[in-house]
Amino acid sequence: MRNEALHFALRNRKLVVGTVVIAVFLVAGLAGPLMFDHGPNDYVGPAMAPPSGEFWFGTTTFGQDVFAQFVYGLRATFLVGVLGGVLAAAVGMVVGFVAGYRGGWVDELLNMLTNIVLVLPALVVLLIINAYLGVRSIGVQALFIGLTSWPWAARAIRAQTFSLRSRDFVDLARLSGVRTPKIILREIAPNMSSYLFLTFILLFGSAILVAASLDFIGLGPTQGVSLGLMLNNAARWSALQLGLWWWFIPPGAGITAIVGALYVMNVGLDEVFNPKLREM
Amino acid sequence: MRRYFGRKLLIYGLTFFVAVTINWMIPRFMPGDPVQSMLSRANVAQPAAVEAMRAHYTAMFGLDLPLWQQYLNFWGSLLKGDLGISIWLFPTPVSDVIVRAVPYTLGLLIPSILLSWFAGNRFGAFAARRKWLDNSVLPIGYVLTATPYMWLAILLAWALGIVAGIFPVAGAYGFDLQASWSWTFLGSLAQHWFLPFASLFLVAFGGWAIGMRNMIIYELEADYVNYLRALGAPTRLVRRYAFRNAILPQVTGLALQLGVLVAGALVTEIVFSYPGLGHLILQAIQNQDFFLLQGTFLFIVIGVLIANFIIDVAYVLVDPRTRTGMGGAA
Repeated sequence: MRNEALHFALRNRKLVVGTVVIAVFLVAGLAGPLMFDHGPNDYVGPAMAPPSGEFWFGTTTFGQDVFAQFVYGLRATFLVGVLGGVLAAAVGMVVGFVAGYRGGWVDELLNMLTNIVLVLPALVVLLIINAYLGVRSIGVQALFIGLTSWPWAARAIRAQTFSLRSRDFVDLARLSGVRTPKIILREIAPNMSSYLFLTFILLFGSAILVAASLDFIGLGPTQGVSLGLMLNNAARWSALQLGLWWWFIPPGAGITAIVGALYVMNVGLDEVFNPKLREM
Repeated sequence: MRRYFGRKLLIYGLTFFVAVTINWMIPRFMPGDPVQSMLSRANVAQPAAVEAMRAHYTAMFGLDLPLWQQYLNFWGSLLKGDLGISIWLFPTPVSDVIVRAVPYTLGLLIPSILLSWFAGNRFGAFAARRKWLDNSVLPIGYVLTATPYMWLAILLAWALGIVAGIFPVAGAYGFDLQASWSWTFLGSLAQHWFLPFASLFLVAFGGWAIGMRNMIIYELEADYVNYLRALGAPTRLVRRYAFRNAILPQVTGLALQLGVLVAGALVTEIVFSYPGLGHLILQAIQNQDFFLLQGTFLFIVIGVLIANFIIDVAYVLVDPRTRTGMGGAA
């Protein structure tokens, strides 16, 4: 079974392309900052220099190295995506599993909660939370993103759990006296593991986009650099009017490439896991 | 059907309640002291003056009362439509500031949401299972929906506004004009409106096109399609049936995407200094104008709730099952 999945995974162009793009950016984010002996916000070069051999992505109006900011920003972006995505997936899974498996009033209650968080526009809630935070960090940002972006995942997982809970093997486990958490963990979750993984990828991507928007509005981490903050700075110090295209194109392109690669990976994985969708 | 609407309205009511409670709670329970931050912003040196201002702000927030009373007062003034006084535009009430900005945001949002939804669905349905279109739509669609709204806005502003010089990149109308019903003014309004609209439209369009394309592919595998084909029904007819089934999840999807679309409009407005709610939020944050920020938050929540309700009604109209109480959407 595993080998069959691997067989199709290696032959799925979408999955391969998506994974390669993510891997390239991940390596750039991890290894890139090691190339510099200065921080991303240090004033190291001439102001407003276009891309050159020395400064690959040029410099900002203040003489900061855009490439250095970019690779450090990639780190922040991946970190926010992973933390926010993991947290949202965890909350979504707990709520979805419990609601779907227990049913009854527990389900009613959790469903109500899910629907409320679902209708609240997440970014706007994040805006007021972050505006009141004096010191903002990537960790706290990811925490609140995770806490606001789980509802659709919970809904989807609940529906899946619902269809699994009356299967024979679950009944059998219940009859043998296995406790609920263990049934969910051992019997239900493994049967939708691919689905859970796909959910995580989508949450990962959306956490990156939400974080970028927050950063752009000016509620990003107060210290350090991220791709969203780079866009924010570029817009604030009129990179557009000054024609410093090298300042605002890389961060946006980076976000688009990462999130796009995640989406494409998601489709590819879906085709690998679900035989019905494989190329015909 | 009454049950369906009853449930929905209950959820929206509760959501509004939660939103107001969040709005009340955050300034009071977050680390950091809003009064302190306003004082430090005012930059007053004399300690006596600082004390007087602190007392004034504390009384204004009502922070000297017991918590339950603060909460009730908050609701009380909210129901009277009193959202406080803006600090950025000092003696103007927050509600007035917001009401002035809302038309701009709605003027961007409504056309871009509706047009991208219709065009995206049509196009996605058309492209599904048509070899070369499908192969080109898919990657373009994924890139578009992965694009952060503000980046596409920046790119368009730079390419079409600054480099090509075709469109203006700031404001809602020319700085030399007064608001009036003249043709020059309306023309300038449309010209300033186009780029923000286009960037919102494009990002959303990609998402809808992909969603519809995937749904149609699922539908074309369904039994009723095979049956129709076996009967020799023309492809056009089969596709029309598939489209009518595939549109239902897209209606639900529209409700789910509202938050993201609104967020997109906010950042797009910031890029173009378009005087809508996004611009207000930016000003509120830069000027530490918390009343304005919170008022805008409530306005957006109410707007999203109303839009959700409209979509619920639309769902009942397009899905006959909900009308007869035979299930359908949750």
